Amino acid sequence: MRIDGISKAFGDHPVLHNISLSVPKGSIHGIIGKSGAGKTTLIRIAGLLEKPDSGSVWYEGIAAPVHLLRGRELLEARRKAGFVFQSFNLFASRSAAENVAFALEAAGWPRAKIRGRVAELLELVGLSDKADRPAMHLSGGEKQRVAIARALANHPAILFSDEATSALDPETTRSVLDLIRSLRQMLGLTVIMVTHQMEVVRRTCDTVSVIEDGNFVEEGLVAELFANPRSDAAKAFLKEDRND
Amino acid sequence: MTDALKLLIQPLGQTIVMILASTLLATMFGGALGILLFALSNDHFAGGRRGSLIAKHVADRVINMLRSFPYVILMVLVLPLSRLIVGTSLGTTASIVPLSIAAIPFLARIVESSLSEVDSGVIDAAISCAASKRRIVFAILIPEALPSLVSGLTLTMISLLGYSAMAGVIGGGGLGDLAIRYGYQRFRGDVMAVAVIAIIVLVELIQFAGTALANRIRSSR
Repeated sequence: MRIDGISKAFGDHPVLHNISLSVPKGSIHGIIGKSGAGKTTLIRIAGLLEKPDSGSVWYEGIAAPVHLLRGRELLEARRKAGFVFQSFNLFASRSAAENVAFALEAAGWPRAKIRGRVAELLELVGLSDKADRPAMHLSGGEKQRVAIARALANHPAILFSDEATSALDPETTRSVLDLIRSLRQMLGLTVIMVTHQMEVVRRTCDTVSVIEDGNFVEEGLVAELFANPRSDAAKAFLKEDRND
Repeated sequence: MTDALKLLIQPLGQTIVMILASTLLATMFGGALGILLFALSNDHFAGGRRGSLIAKHVADRVINMLRSFPYVILMVLVLPLSRLIVGTSLGTTASIVPLSIAAIPFLARIVESSLSEVDSGVIDAAISCAASKRRIVFAILIPEALPSLVSGLTLTMISLLGYSAMAGVIGGGGLGDLAIRYGYQRFRGDVMAVAVIAIIVLVELIQFAGTALANRIRSSR
């Protein structure tokens, strides 16, 4: 996954300035920043939920810049990328299993195969016993697990996580982060996580970018950032983390 | 009183036919129009484009115009259309045409607003599942908005019941016509009472069924 020189403004309010990022296959990259720093806009552009004003987005195995794709090709590219959200965004009209099934229905899977794949996915996230629960009857952690299963349904290469654990309590946060790490191991996923919590980065990520006012102010290995933060923003996050 | 009840049978049937038929037509056309209105103003669908802005603007004007017509006037104005569509401009069948025309923009607005109320995060999730626009509308948005759509349809049916009371003007019959012609013009207080009570009972039944259905959908979630 690579983005090249992404800029984006809403009206005359610039949000991202010429941002580039390359994440190697199979690694977990964190993007940490305060609210309003542009991190959600960035991940939405990288995850094909929004279009950049300039710059390009590339996925491995697709020759063209994916942000320019349309129609069927755009849907194919989206299948390479799963997306999980802070507010889970499950479909209230569907059960846990039906939420996961939606991604398969959309990809044209035959009904008979959907059932088996959904069972497999729910097992992967540890929710086999809750398959028929209406989505809104699940706890926060369970909802996010269903959302992860739904995001992984079509064997994506990349998982985008936009503050996926911000609405969860500390214990559930840890279990969801551990799940993401183990899924990376098992499936060889590339993971891009946006967060405002240093704990998420420390626990989960290999590399990290610190974003402030639409610019990356620091990038590198997580261990390096913790040992020797250079930017003021990184120092502030580390200080906050120690105080927690 | 038995006489009054006997008089009730045919108009009651006419009212029910008018409401059911026009509700069905309004659901088909108003539903489609409502989806179109929603799509024209939602960024993931057709929103934000110049053509969409113009189309939405035109549709808004036409819908507002239709909705601001007093129903009695609308009914008379569409007489030629009724003759064209159902071959007659008189009677119960003919009155289904203006009723549907009044209900289509009403229901379209309700569908538009129900669909717009679906959390944009849910639409994002459906988009990231690589679903086509059509699938997002029919497999996600409509089911998500269903309780609100059912409430809106209930509201539409009750409005239609009110409008159908004026069907007598073009010989459409129905309960309103019975109340006016027998009850008011022939001084038959008992017929008037029976007709009005029948209308009240119909409103209550529609409201009860609609509320029960919407609640049932909500509680299964």
